[in-house]
Amino acid sequence: MLRQYSAPLMDSKREAAIGLFEKAGFPGPKDEAYRQCRLDALLEIDYGMNLYRLSAPAHPSKVFRCEVPSLSTKLFFVVNDVYYPDPDPQKLSEGVLYGSINAILREYPELMAPYYDRIAGQSADAFAALNTAMAQDGFLLFVPAGVEIEQPLQLIQLFHGEIEQMANRRNLVIIEDGASAKLMICDHSMTQSSCFSNQVTEVFVGKKARLEYYELEMTHPNNARLSNTFIDQQASSSVFVNGITLNNGVSRNNLNLRMLGEQAESMLSGLCLLDSHQFADYHVDVEHVVPQCTSRQLYKYILDDESRGVFAGKVLVHPNAQKTSAYQSNANLCNSSRARMNALPQLEIYADDVKCSHGSATGQIDENALFYMRSRGLSEQEARAMLKFAFVADVIEGIQLIPLQNRIHNLVGKRFRKQMSACAGCDIC
Amino acid sequence: MFRAGSKKRRGKRVKQKESHQDILLSQSQQNVGKRPGGDRKQTKNKNILAKAVKTIFMLLEIKNLHASAGDKEILKGLYLSVKEGEIHAIMGPNGSGKSTLSAVLSGNPAFTVTQGTVHFKGMDLLSMTPEDRSREGLFLSFQYPVEIPGVSMVNFMRTAINEHRKYRKQEAMNASDFLKLMREKKALVELDNTLAGRSVNEGFSGGEKKRNEIFQMAMLDPVLSILDETDSGLDIDALRIVAQGVNKIHTPQKSCIVITHYQRLLNYIVPDRVHVLFEGRIVKSGDFQLAKDLEKQGYDWVKQELKD
Repeated sequence: MLRQYSAPLMDSKREAAIGLFEKAGFPGPKDEAYRQCRLDALLEIDYGMNLYRLSAPAHPSKVFRCEVPSLSTKLFFVVNDVYYPDPDPQKLSEGVLYGSINAILREYPELMAPYYDRIAGQSADAFAALNTAMAQDGFLLFVPAGVEIEQPLQLIQLFHGEIEQMANRRNLVIIEDGASAKLMICDHSMTQSSCFSNQVTEVFVGKKARLEYYELEMTHPNNARLSNTFIDQQASSSVFVNGITLNNGVSRNNLNLRMLGEQAESMLSGLCLLDSHQFADYHVDVEHVVPQCTSRQLYKYILDDESRGVFAGKVLVHPNAQKTSAYQSNANLCNSSRARMNALPQLEIYADDVKCSHGSATGQIDENALFYMRSRGLSEQEARAMLKFAFVADVIEGIQLIPLQNRIHNLVGKRFRKQMSACAGCDIC
Repeated sequence: MFRAGSKKRRGKRVKQKESHQDILLSQSQQNVGKRPGGDRKQTKNKNILAKAVKTIFMLLEIKNLHASAGDKEILKGLYLSVKEGEIHAIMGPNGSGKSTLSAVLSGNPAFTVTQGTVHFKGMDLLSMTPEDRSREGLFLSFQYPVEIPGVSMVNFMRTAINEHRKYRKQEAMNASDFLKLMREKKALVELDNTLAGRSVNEGFSGGEKKRNEIFQMAMLDPVLSILDETDSGLDIDALRIVAQGVNKIHTPQKSCIVITHYQRLLNYIVPDRVHVLFEGRIVKSGDFQLAKDLEKQGYDWVKQELKD
């Protein structure tokens, strides 16, 4: 049934993936990588899947807005797991391909064969395998060598519809040698039903290519997100990743970055603001395969109420990856005795001439600072908001797109002052 | 010179007190006149009023204050009254409870009040939150100002000013008025211009931190300021700048409690009353001469007097 609608290239990978998934099964509590991430309750739900490729009635751009003031982005929509044709098709640049992954893989099988499932296929992750087995659509961006796209591209992934459903979203981003792009992926939900997004994004960054990659999740407590992002970086390329979780139910983000060419550099950063029963889990794996690469990680969590956070960051330096610089920093603010944070920073180094460091700290708001501020007339809520803001400022200030930085600044400020409803971006809910 | 200043203040204060009292009395007589009450009722009203007038001019009234940190009782029955316009100095050996007093008055949650009352402008101070105490005009200059990385001075002060204004049902101050005010007050304590962008107290030298406290005091314009060892860790020039800053802010309507170990600061900020705090109680009070005596002879004679 899957084959009826999807590209042959996608179908060709299904069998192996099904085999892998059957062997691995859904990860349970004994599975080390998912030990802290309880998915049992989520997996019990009988999710519907859109196998017949039905599309939602209205075009999302009519009902949904995720505006970043003074930032004009090129917008794309994936609703559930269906790519919506661009209502305003325009050529971005010579040779740039963008749109439905299903359509592009069908149209350019030779061009895409070296990329599709090349990294995900090597992963042992059961959810990635499930995605490869079941995925039918998603977003694809191909930027040919030397082309620089100035305008930021924004992909909005939405859930819509009354039923409980699972979407296997599949994205592929290829930035060829010397090319550059800025991509922002926003997860939203327009329904209160339980939805499960199992997404895989493969990213290829060529020699001397540059990519800024932003993720923003603003969904609701019934939403589950399982995201596997794989990035392969070639020589002298630069990658900036920033992932922000503002509102969600359960999120597990696996970010796997491999540095395959010398002089490559990467900055991976993230921010999770959690309260009530939110859960967010980042697993960041950075692999230094070759010498002279630089990677930095900066992840911060703020936990209130009964929320839970997990950060597992790993840096693996291969034996010949000399002159590697790798830094990892994780800091967490636990504001309630019922909130819980698990941090698992790891370094695995097999080379002997490297500069690597990691640091992780979990603490509370400084009571002295809080009292100092209150003694100057600031309400406790305002003082807490300012201190939380100060805590996360470096992650937000790291965002290189200034209008986006301002927007996140605003959203986070509102969030700390509890002025934001579950999903601030859309007009309907 | 400073003594003269203080006398002048006192003169003004008395005058003002009378005028205040007149207004209040005349108001009350009007009210009473409207009511068909007997003579007895009228005298009763007058008594209540006299009491009210007394509490209004008594800016701060501490009675039998007991406070502890954890299990340890530090303040053991402290009495202190500060009238509008007065400057009080509190001196005393280490560990006598000076800083605990300032912490309790500003509402620091690390200390528990077990007994006693504190009235500030006639209100029950101990039932108020730290922020409301500040908004009502109480200010504590911290002995150890707290560093707050990531919160800029300009943002901090602007929020504080606007929270004060909100409390008084005033509109928020616009950016240009605020910057003007900040420039003006910064000059009082000779703080440099890079201050605004820096994080609160982060990387400030000891002197800058103390000057920053007085700057904040000038910005928030309190009626009662408590300076908790503001002179400690200051060199002579910084001490002069800080003290002059305090004097410039001072008006006949404002009161000040200066907690210090040394007479040095009191040469600049001349107190109306000097108290000795010892083992959680005020054991001796006097005028400026007491501070001079303490400086000369130390605390032993006070302790000896107590024993006798």
